[in-house]
Amino acid sequence: MTFTTKTVGRRGVIQGGAALGVGLAAPTFFNSPARADMHTGYLNAPQGGTVTLGFNVPQSGPYAEEGADELRAYKLAVKHLNGEGDGGMMNTMRINGGDTALQGNGILGKKVEYVTGDTQTKSDAARASARSMIEKDGAIMITGGSSSGVAVAVQALCQETGIIFMAGLTHSNDTTGKDRKANGFRHFFNSYMSGAALAPVLAANYGTDRKAYHLTADYNWGYTTEEAVTQATEAMGWETVNAVKTPLTQTDFSSYIAPVLQSGADVLVLNHYGGNMVNSLTNAVQFGLRDAEVNGKNFEIVVPLYSRLMAKGAGANVKGIFGSTNWHWSLSDDASKAFVQSFGKEYGFPPSQAAHTCYVQALLYADACERAGTFNPCGVVEALEGLEFDGLGNGPTLYRAEDHQCFKDVLVVKGKENPESEFDLLEVVEVTPVDQVMYAPDHPQMGGAEATLGSCNTGV
Amino acid sequence: MFGLKGSDFALFLVVAVLTLAAPFILNPFPETSSLAQFNGGYPDLMQRFVIFGIFAIGFNILFGLTGYLSFGHAAFLGVGSYAAIWMMKLLTMNVIPAIIMSVIIAGLFSLVVGWISLRRSGIYFSILTLAFAQMSYALAYSVLTPITGGETGLQPKLNDPRILDAAPEGGRIPQANLFGLDMGESRVWNVGDWAFTFNAGYYVAAVVMLVAFYLSIRIFRSPFGMMLRAVKSNQQRMNYTGLNSKPYTLAAFVISGMYAGLAGGLLVAMDTQVGPERMFWTASGEVVLMTILGGVGTLIGPVLGAGFIKYMENILSKINTTVLEGWFAFLPDGAADAVVAVLGLFVGKGWHLTLGLIFMIVVIFLPGGLVEGGRRMFRGRDRTATRKVKSGQTPPTSKPAE
Repeated sequence: MTFTTKTVGRRGVIQGGAALGVGLAAPTFFNSPARADMHTGYLNAPQGGTVTLGFNVPQSGPYAEEGADELRAYKLAVKHLNGEGDGGMMNTMRINGGDTALQGNGILGKKVEYVTGDTQTKSDAARASARSMIEKDGAIMITGGSSSGVAVAVQALCQETGIIFMAGLTHSNDTTGKDRKANGFRHFFNSYMSGAALAPVLAANYGTDRKAYHLTADYNWGYTTEEAVTQATEAMGWETVNAVKTPLTQTDFSSYIAPVLQSGADVLVLNHYGGNMVNSLTNAVQFGLRDAEVNGKNFEIVVPLYSRLMAKGAGANVKGIFGSTNWHWSLSDDASKAFVQSFGKEYGFPPSQAAHTCYVQALLYADACERAGTFNPCGVVEALEGLEFDGLGNGPTLYRAEDHQCFKDVLVVKGKENPESEFDLLEVVEVTPVDQVMYAPDHPQMGGAEATLGSCNTGV
Repeated sequence: MFGLKGSDFALFLVVAVLTLAAPFILNPFPETSSLAQFNGGYPDLMQRFVIFGIFAIGFNILFGLTGYLSFGHAAFLGVGSYAAIWMMKLLTMNVIPAIIMSVIIAGLFSLVVGWISLRRSGIYFSILTLAFAQMSYALAYSVLTPITGGETGLQPKLNDPRILDAAPEGGRIPQANLFGLDMGESRVWNVGDWAFTFNAGYYVAAVVMLVAFYLSIRIFRSPFGMMLRAVKSNQQRMNYTGLNSKPYTLAAFVISGMYAGLAGGLLVAMDTQVGPERMFWTASGEVVLMTILGGVGTLIGPVLGAGFIKYMENILSKINTTVLEGWFAFLPDGAADAVVAVLGLFVGKGWHLTLGLIFMIVVIFLPGGLVEGGRRMFRGRDRTATRKVKSGQTPPTSKPAE
């Protein structure tokens, strides 16, 4: 019978009994930094031949479809990490200009296992399921999620408990802005980048003398997106006529669309995501906004954040409408092709951007452990900070050390006029180079100078 | 003892023993067995058991005694949580001010809501409370974003003032603690293949729950409790005898609101985070389910119901098809696929379906909830025991249920 006085996942403790004994018997292990203490001295240190990852995705609620796709991507990533299947993007990924350290034998020689949880797209439920994965199943890393509220909540939990959090689909500035945490990392792009990438394309297509009307989902992501798009477009000379908040639960937007034409605006920006966007766009098209002419110009609609699943929901209404996206399966670089092929072979259809970002996050985490030689969160943080990688579908990418945000090219897309299949709904209009969407870590939209990562936490 | 009758004291003792021994009771399966999936003895879930137990006990004081069905109790839980997190942001990470303030604020808020809602009874009362709760949710979600953090909610941050605490060291947010004892602190006791987790936060919450449970017994047995029961059985007749029932119902409403606030404060103490969906109407509905499932108007019922629902939510929802495939791998391929396909509907994200079925079964066959089920079993045994007494064996002990 042994008592351990740390916050430790129970499975880890049991499996750890023997190894811990060895560790205690050889105190020099603790004195030598880095590799010697690879599997001790941090929360849920994996001891047996396996390592457990926690996939916390929405399986019910409004983003269940995204969650299902995320889970598919994670399962595929686990397969590839364990050396099954065709390896997908593991074959194409380049780390700091060299090959990946991953060998297809799990992570650090340990077979990758996983547990899943349902975030329900509620921060409480997401934290409960993350805590159960950490405390009960001994998960060493939590990843996933499809909303920024959940991402921020789970990221804070992981920081407090000492677990690495690899964010899934979260687009709000806050995740790596004012709510950034040392133990949390985001591969997905954010509102600021959407605004910065979209603005020049909008100016080129619609001119610099436009009056914009914003409809904004009434919660944090909506606010940051509205702010980002407003600032980016106003910098080009656009004028913002009005910005109206709409409740998240709204399904009929007619009463919000009706005043738009009277306002003198000639562009409608829909800061909506998921079902909200499908409904508001459909309403706007039904009201004849797209055929209208205001101030001698064609009335236009813009959707800052696009996803294929949304385009599918909105059907023909998305044709010709501009937006931005993190990744699209029709990209023709080797990495994207490898991923689409691998995913398609497994599930029979192309992956969504949510699936892509989750797959990439899993691979990056595994590679960071491999390079750090440990699952120790502080080692992983060090390995990920300032990392430059390529060959994961977005071109050369930087994991910035100051805020743990990935910086990469942003895709500006347009609803395709003549889709060839039910998946072929968006076409890439422009790939905005990363320099255009770069910002300072203390940018006012990112929480200003007050925002800080804190220091990494190992949970002991 | 402690002003409790013999049978009540026995019940209290049973609850106390069960609560304190929960780490053992909830971890019946060895870690290495496949049944470990069903172990519920990890800190987060144990904490939820007792916290939602408090919530349901408080709800039962209103619903069980006066018969007023509040459909907005989650609002008080949420308000309590927000009060607690602000104490942690402004004053100290010590949980005491947070918990006290959560009870006070929730009490004040329930006074306002009760004052207005109790002008009506029956379904109108329920709708009024529901409206208040949804209003609070909507406010917290968007309008009051500067105070509530909106959808993202609130967590302690490094740069919060926390005027009573020393500056955080090394860029780490301090943990919620009780005079230095971290709520996340756990000791793991390994006995053979078993591992039992003793968590500081759980025991703090458990002690609070026992106090809350004790208070609820005293309220049930007091003259005040009798007046509340009178309201339930016939409020009109009570009014005709010249008694004004409003102060009693309002007091019951505020007390149960304070219980909810206490639960909200404890939730924050155990897991320092608040989100508005804590106030959503489904959360209010959940406590109604807990109380009915366990047994309305009984002392122990709400606690049982709370534990039952939280167990289902946290354990059943984590069983995915991969786990099922593991269990039924011994079956021939086709049969295993069929079994997994059918059972898969009831676990994982389908746990709501299972809960719904169980709720239906309980309401139809055991209108008195789990407590009635237990009572029937006891009565069945009593009968056999009585027969045994006749044949000269030991008499049965008194049953602990209310």
